[in-house]
Amino acid sequence: MSDIALSVRGLTKEYKILHNAEKHNRVTDAVASSVKGLFKKTEVETFKALDDVSFDVKKGEVLGVIGRNGAGKSTLLKILSRITEPSSGEIHLYGRVGSLLEVGTGFHPELTGRENIFLNGAILGMRKREIERQFDAIVDFAEVEKFLDTPVKRYSSGMYVRLAFAVAAHLNPEILIVDEVLAVGDAQFQKKCLGKMQDVSREGGRTVLVVSHNPVMIQALCTQCLLLKQGTLEGVFSPHQAMQEYASKAVSIDFNTKSHTDKPTIIAIDYASEGRAHVAISGSDLTLQVTYNLPKPILLASIEIRVLRDDATIVTLLNSEIAGNLFSLEAGTHRFNCTLPKLALTPGEYTLDVLLFEGQDGYSKKSISTNESALLLTVTSGDFFKTGKLASSKYSGSFFQDQIWETTNIKPSVIRNIATKLETM
Amino acid sequence: MSEEAIPHLIIRKKSGWQALPIRELWEFRDLLNTLATRDVKLRYRQTAIGVLWVVLQPLIGAGLFTFIFGSVAKLSTGSDKVPYFAFSFAGLMVWNVFAQILQKASDSMVGNAHLVSKIYFPRMILPLSTIYGVLLDFAVASTLMIALMVIYGIPPHVGLLFLPVALFMAILMALGIGLWAASLNVTFRDVKYVIPVFINFLMWATPVAYAVSALPPAAQAVVNFNPMAGVVESFRWAALGTPVQNWGSVVYSAVASILLFIFGAMMFQRTERRFADVI
Repeated sequence: MSDIALSVRGLTKEYKILHNAEKHNRVTDAVASSVKGLFKKTEVETFKALDDVSFDVKKGEVLGVIGRNGAGKSTLLKILSRITEPSSGEIHLYGRVGSLLEVGTGFHPELTGRENIFLNGAILGMRKREIERQFDAIVDFAEVEKFLDTPVKRYSSGMYVRLAFAVAAHLNPEILIVDEVLAVGDAQFQKKCLGKMQDVSREGGRTVLVVSHNPVMIQALCTQCLLLKQGTLEGVFSPHQAMQEYASKAVSIDFNTKSHTDKPTIIAIDYASEGRAHVAISGSDLTLQVTYNLPKPILLASIEIRVLRDDATIVTLLNSEIAGNLFSLEAGTHRFNCTLPKLALTPGEYTLDVLLFEGQDGYSKKSISTNESALLLTVTSGDFFKTGKLASSKYSGSFFQDQIWETTNIKPSVIRNIATKLETM
Repeated sequence: MSEEAIPHLIIRKKSGWQALPIRELWEFRDLLNTLATRDVKLRYRQTAIGVLWVVLQPLIGAGLFTFIFGSVAKLSTGSDKVPYFAFSFAGLMVWNVFAQILQKASDSMVGNAHLVSKIYFPRMILPLSTIYGVLLDFAVASTLMIALMVIYGIPPHVGLLFLPVALFMAILMALGIGLWAASLNVTFRDVKYVIPVFINFLMWATPVAYAVSALPPAAQAVVNFNPMAGVVESFRWAALGTPVQNWGSVVYSAVASILLFIFGAMMFQRTERRFADVI
């Protein structure tokens, strides 16, 4: 028996971008412009969302797909799940495919939980018999037994998501395609889902393809990792290698430099600690370095770096203006250093969004460049409290706080005093 | 299995003109059923009198036609035995099948955009799933029709066997135009506004409220050019025995309905692959 679950060969997806021509959403526009078009040629630029991508996935493997925004992850998943078709290239699938690009696709608020299970199941490609067979398991998993005959519009958002995921989790295809759907629900339920997906691949010997920004999930779940960059395949790595590659590649993004030459672009971004690049240690000084290419001078510039945890909450916000720095910049290349003395972040993976602003707070301040997930920051454990004790990765919380502890011996009379004070309050 | 195992599925750029993906539709028949029942269940949820609307709508329509054309304009049904109310009710029955399938099918892609952009299934499932609900309404109207026939003492005749054929023609024609409109609607939302106007216009150009025989000869030729004319006339003949003015127009309708359906389905399939990118 062949052990390949799917093979992708020369996969390319092109989108046409029309220049000098608006998209026609009205018949009259289309007619008018086709008349005009007889005299004027519209420029059509093709944009390759995926460019000649080839790879194989073995049966039973859990393949992570990572890459920055616009790297082609979603396009790849859309083609794999047959929502859109490739411009050229082929995919051979050896098994039934189930794809989960969103939790709760097709859920209807007016229908009851029970009705939605059947509806959603059918939409995800399950046969009616299959759903009936798994019905109890789905209800159990979602913990919504009491509300089965209530319209889901009256569900709490947590219940809604649980039910939606439960249906999807019981989809049993040979090849499962998942898009960041785990980014929903509370932490406990996320763990449950993660566990369920691990079971699927380990026990069921099924193949899973998962797109994620969540390094913890990638490392916990995946056996191999695919790194995409601007539509091309950077390579197939082990999950650990891939995350490092992803982080160190930093941003050599040239966000379509040709078409947006008047916009500031990041040409390099990195971080260093104790003189070593790509290193961040809790308790040590950390330097973040962003290099911008500015086509035009900016009179009042400020940089903002948002530090995000993997669940997309902003842990802290670094803003040069708030910290008292507005820069006046000439056109050209500028390097910004931001030093964080005694890094308070706990060990883990963080992503950084980097924004460049022009203007002053309250006086027509506007963002002129935004790079989401521009950098992946891996913080390793360090001796934050200078006690010789490493705060292990078990240390929970988002940041370290310096703390002073002391104790005094309190005499019984004092305790009585406190008690009487409390009574008279 | 050897190294060259046969793939379960090959994804590549499609080409060619295929009208009906029959094998795929069969594979997804459960989804077709589920979507159809969803629409039926949802339709009258949170309405006070619910299913009663299915009964009231055609009754009110037929009542209006009877008042205007039967009592005020005093048009003939073409048969002494058939009162105007039963006449226009039968006309409305088959017309509603056509109009509602067309209306719902043309909106089915855009109305379910969240499904189209997130999940794969043969897209034709969506317009096809609209038929169920409409036929359910038709079934309810049929029982009313039987009641009317009993009340007015209209005996069923052998032509009744032709009734499913006329009904089928109406469905094919509605699907043909509806599929085409649905695919156009993805790119041009104007379709949404054009379709109701088109349906309204076409209804007056179709012998729903009047018989073709009640028209002056010049107008008859014009009306018979409309393929729905033969459908409504032959349906009414099958149900009530009212004369069909011109059987040639019925043959014309049959041919037109098949051609329209094939045309619509091909246009739909042709553009199907772009839907997720554009919608």
